[in-house]
Amino acid sequence: MATPLVEMKDISISFGGVKAVDKVSIDLYPGEVVGLLGHNGAGKSTLIKILSGAYKMDSGEIWIEGKKAEINSPRDSRDYNIETIYQTLALADNLDAASNLFLGREMVTPFGFVDDGRQEAETRKIMARLNPNFKKLKEPVSALSGGQRQSVAIARAVYFKAKTLIMDEPTAALGVHETKMVADLIQELKKQGLGIFLISHDTREMMDLCDRVAVMKNGHLIGAERVEDVTEDDILSMIIMGKNPKDKAA
Amino acid sequence: MSDETAEAVKPAKRNVFKSLEIDTRLLGMIGAFLLVCIVFNLLTEGRFLTPRNVFNLTIQTVSVAIMATGMVFVIVTRHIDLSVGALLATTTAVMAMTQTQWIPQMLGLELGHPMIPWITILVGLLTGALIGAFQGYLIGYQAIPAFIVTLGGLLIWRNVAWHLTDGQTIGPLNETYLLFGGINGTLGVFWSWAVGLAASVAALFAVVQGRRTKVGHGFQVKPAWAEVVVAVIIVGAILGFVAILNAYQVPERVVARDPALYGCVDAEGCVAAYGIPYSVLLLIAVAIVMTVVAQRTRLGRYIFATGGNPDAAELSGINTKFLTVKVFAIVGVLCALGGIVASARLGYHTNDIGILDELRVIAAAVIGGTALSGGIGTIYGAIIGALIMQSLQSGMAMVGVDAPYQNIVVGTVLVLAVWIDIQYRKYSGAK
Repeated sequence: MATPLVEMKDISISFGGVKAVDKVSIDLYPGEVVGLLGHNGAGKSTLIKILSGAYKMDSGEIWIEGKKAEINSPRDSRDYNIETIYQTLALADNLDAASNLFLGREMVTPFGFVDDGRQEAETRKIMARLNPNFKKLKEPVSALSGGQRQSVAIARAVYFKAKTLIMDEPTAALGVHETKMVADLIQELKKQGLGIFLISHDTREMMDLCDRVAVMKNGHLIGAERVEDVTEDDILSMIIMGKNPKDKAA
Repeated sequence: MSDETAEAVKPAKRNVFKSLEIDTRLLGMIGAFLLVCIVFNLLTEGRFLTPRNVFNLTIQTVSVAIMATGMVFVIVTRHIDLSVGALLATTTAVMAMTQTQWIPQMLGLELGHPMIPWITILVGLLTGALIGAFQGYLIGYQAIPAFIVTLGGLLIWRNVAWHLTDGQTIGPLNETYLLFGGINGTLGVFWSWAVGLAASVAALFAVVQGRRTKVGHGFQVKPAWAEVVVAVIIVGAILGFVAILNAYQVPERVVARDPALYGCVDAEGCVAAYGIPYSVLLLIAVAIVMTVVAQRTRLGRYIFATGGNPDAAELSGINTKFLTVKVFAIVGVLCALGGIVASARLGYHTNDIGILDELRVIAAAVIGGTALSGGIGTIYGAIIGALIMQSLQSGMAMVGVDAPYQNIVVGTVLVLAVWIDIQYRKYSGAK
């Protein structure tokens, strides 16, 4: 098999004595969507925040495309072409779409000033592709609807040519139509060879979108199975009971 | 019936503002400022809007306005700085001691040496930057709330100034240094017009350039007539301001003291006017630089992003801790600049210089529309806020309102201004 895009090995992190993530290993291949499932507080978001550089792990290793990686900050993570769409979207509400899209990676003129004109033009281009209804380019993102805000967050990840994409509950705040748009986008990005970590509570949606699902409970990884090999009930029992049905069979 | 007509007129009005693309809040603030001026002009029977009083008003505003531009950055990043008045005192104490004692004694330059004022200013700016950066370090890296750090700073720096000067008034200050005080250093008629014209040309160029950039990217531009109207208003404001300052003539007895200074051989029939004070030029320069920083640089973008959503800023790879250090260092430098103007205007460093300035500076920024919840604020707003405060105070003094009542009015205006701003944001839907 090809080299995994991301390998997380024996990752552990504690917050004040509580083991939020305990020796979890998980990998992700190009063109693959891996879903992370589990209760609130199971450690999904924490695990993902280690990969995106928001948290520093206590122990474990991260390998990116076959090489050991050092991720100590969100900037490091971006340097490895890992882009994250946070559940909270992580948008600065007082700035417009273009400023948010390029936040931390502004386009500059030869004199070192932020090139707002070029940023806006680029934003128009990518928004035309992702969400043709998006027109409010001049307004602060606080004036946008949930779906439009989501498009800005997605555009930020897509624009910078991510190889690995992390999506934390991308459809939680969306309507039916917009959820469909996100699903289509995931399929398109998959075809382009991106690897995607997807976090969601919606088991059925995960069965549709993902190639593999990984279930976490109390900081442990219960199992990571191909969706063809398990039923929705299997997954639910993994989430609730914290037991992998396959272990029972073996 | 009257309601109907009002509603029918409204959309048309809004369209005019929309095509002009003028910030309605800026318009509101200028309106409030003009209202204050007109009311006091009526109350004082025309003494408020004389060239002399306008001149005095501008030079009295400069020191607070300079610091208020920095306070905008601090408040936008959700911090506060209570130490600006005390920091101003420390920087002026350092600068006063540097020029009157330390340089003459340590470097051996004689008093009046041409290098003295410049070394002094450099030392002052450096002092401000270092103290500001240190406070920023405590806030950013050690996570002590800005309120506490700068409240401590308020007590510390006020009395460090006292310690440095042994509590004495230090002066007289260097003559070149005094040029930054206001009336002691002005451009005169010719150069004031030259600066006014240059500024007008620059403003026109900026308007044309802005339009060209938009067209270049294929964006919508406002109609040409709107562009012309805006340009005419800007140029009119610049030249009108210069005309008023140039109308303030140097009193005859001052000319008589040294006619040569005003380009006359003889005091008889010699007419001269003050023109733009250097201190006002300094404020304009600060305003332009700070506006460019706020709107056109990464630093400014990060300041506003951090204020809007600190978590998002951090997740975007912005070093918000170091950003805090930079913001407070900027305020420190601006305190030193404000200190130069304040001490040069007095002619001395005194113990009570800058007392209560922190409150004036914060009030100016807040009246100018800076939101304490962070993420929102403009440089021009803070300057207009400082102007409104100063006009209120000197206007009431001219009318003869007792000092305690003056403070009651200023306090009320502060609260009222914020309330109006909140109502405006609710109404306009902006957050």
